[in-house]
Amino acid sequence: MGETPHRSADAGTGGTRVTEGHPWPAGASARVAEAPVSTRTPGGPGLGGGAALPTARRFGAERAFRGLTLAAGGFVLVVIAAIAVFLIAKAVPALQANTESFWTFEGWFPNDAQPKFGIGALAFGTVLTATLALLVAVPIALGIALYLSHYAPRRVGTSLGFLIDLLAAVPSVVFGLWGREIFLNPVRDFSTWLNTYFGWIPIFGGDGPFGRSILLGSLVLAIMVLPIVTSLSREVFLQTPTANEEAALALGATRWEMIRTAVLPYGRPGILAAVMLGLGRALGETIALAMTLGITFNISFNLIESGGNSIAANIANTFGEANETGRGALIASGLVLFAITLIVNITARAIIYRRREFTESAA
Amino acid sequence: MTTTLTSHRPRPPAQPPTLRARRLPKWLPPAVALGALLVAAAIVYGAGIGGPVLVVVVGALLYLVGLFAAANAVEGRRSARNRTWSALIHSAFVLAVLPLASVVWTLVTKGLERFDVNFFLTSMNNIGARDPQGGAYHAIVGTLIQVGIAALITIPIGILCAIYVVEYGRGRFAFAIRFFVDVMTGIPSIVSGLFVLAFWVLVVSPYFSSTGRPGFSGFAAALALSVLMLPTVVRSTEEMLRLVPAPLREGAYALGVPKWKTILRVVLPTALPGIVTGVMLAIARAAGETAPVLLVAGGGAAINFNPFENNQSSLALFVYQQAGDASRYAPARAWTAALTLVALVLVLTVAAKLLARRNRLGR
Repeated sequence: MGETPHRSADAGTGGTRVTEGHPWPAGASARVAEAPVSTRTPGGPGLGGGAALPTARRFGAERAFRGLTLAAGGFVLVVIAAIAVFLIAKAVPALQANTESFWTFEGWFPNDAQPKFGIGALAFGTVLTATLALLVAVPIALGIALYLSHYAPRRVGTSLGFLIDLLAAVPSVVFGLWGREIFLNPVRDFSTWLNTYFGWIPIFGGDGPFGRSILLGSLVLAIMVLPIVTSLSREVFLQTPTANEEAALALGATRWEMIRTAVLPYGRPGILAAVMLGLGRALGETIALAMTLGITFNISFNLIESGGNSIAANIANTFGEANETGRGALIASGLVLFAITLIVNITARAIIYRRREFTESAA
Repeated sequence: MTTTLTSHRPRPPAQPPTLRARRLPKWLPPAVALGALLVAAAIVYGAGIGGPVLVVVVGALLYLVGLFAAANAVEGRRSARNRTWSALIHSAFVLAVLPLASVVWTLVTKGLERFDVNFFLTSMNNIGARDPQGGAYHAIVGTLIQVGIAALITIPIGILCAIYVVEYGRGRFAFAIRFFVDVMTGIPSIVSGLFVLAFWVLVVSPYFSSTGRPGFSGFAAALALSVLMLPTVVRSTEEMLRLVPAPLREGAYALGVPKWKTILRVVLPTALPGIVTGVMLAIARAAGETAPVLLVAGGGAAINFNPFENNQSSLALFVYQQAGDASRYAPARAWTAALTLVALVLVLTVAAKLLARRNRLGR
């Protein structure tokens, strides 16, 4: 790299000094970088001047900084590996001590002399409450997001959107407290009403007591997830290109037709991402469920009778009196929860990436 | 020209005198609503199956059906659909605002009950079931210490990791880091609590404590919170660094500034407002977490300024514990603590959002 200028410079001066001026063999570029100036003819102007760039030093600030960032990046991998290793190491002895099947046994007695515990009912409750919560929350959240982005006056939309963003930051323990102290009564009345008139449907059957049920838990979850899904999908809807919307309106579309043909297709990956984030939140939610569910250990589709449980709520509730095996059992259940959320996340990401490719190639 | 045309071809008398399609008169939708409510009241009270809430629900359904029928008859199907969807979207908004407003209303009214000096200057030490006093001083101290330590751990690591991924990382290793940061985003808070329990509390802490036995501590809670904060910080920083225009970097390189100095002096300051916003949102979320603190901090009743030894409480944990407490004074304490927690979180969130608005990079 540093070779050409010298050769041309010396060539310009001409004469026998071309060969004399090169004390090193041609092609030994490593030394070019060190002494380009000294080789110039004293007095004569260097024609193609400029020093070569300094080569990288072996122990410079650049290397140190790069190594620092690399270490920070590697730290993330170390943490993930540590999480897997420590959780598995603590879970395995408890699983070996289990005298019943971990997958099918309905009950949680890991602290007994003959530890018996099973994940089935807990995992079922986790998935059921999260699914119900999303079934309730997503349509309403999308409705609000559309209202804020396309129906409400601009000023009302932005200020209410800001409020919704703030509500998304409210800690879950507050929703749990509200669900337990305030929301319980209307839900209990509603459950009794459902039981009276729709008791012939199995999910609304049973003969009480009602109240601290799957229904209450999933409704509280839904109310908690609602602001999160709303604020994400509102942002997506706002990003719809104005040209698309105006084109639809110019073709004579009504407002709903414009939303259906321009806004929703454009926002589909974003909506999906928002829903999946909400699902992740709902699956991992601990405290709101621990405060509202009525803690039983059976698999039942009955929504309104007191009962229900989830993996995270069970950890929070039974952690206090857990012994060595009990803690191991809870850690094992935590691993299962982690696996469930991981599967959901990876599926979501795969879908989003594929969708994004589609929409981009179509655009 | 036009006058001659119109004079030669008069309009057929069947067509309306204007170009506009026929529209529902303004008074019709409210009339339909009123009619629907009356019919609903007649049905509900006639059959004796419920109260005013059911009247409103049935009335809303009847209104949707009636509006669709009326608009369909007068304006045609497309417009009818438009009106129905518009009504649905507005009702979704009302439906969601009710519980959220109830949460905020209860939080403020019940929270102000004990919002006095005593609450912020006393702990729960020696407070029995019959004492109306007691406060959250120890919990506030715990929250601030834990979140502070977590931020101290997370911010440098997170920003360095993001710098590696954006500026240096190439190939498989960088891809692995990005992937596992995504995975970490999905870790439920309770699982991070379990990890710190298995790693720090049960395995490492015996070497540090004076008694040689595993013990809960505020530092363990800080570790759990930083596991939760790390992916958020990395992702938001990464996004912000990617937004820094490439010409800024190239300009610095052209002036001969080494890469590490370019990053520290040019890239980071440009992205700083966005990074601070992301960090503050992460801190706000961590401050509201209950589950990890419940598992690893223990939650004592006394004031403890030392994060490395003995139990420590936190505001979120305080809310959870007081909500489950049998004392008749506990709910008031729980609500006030919840109000304090929400105020803390909201101040952080609002500040972060305001800062984000001033961000020159934009989104």
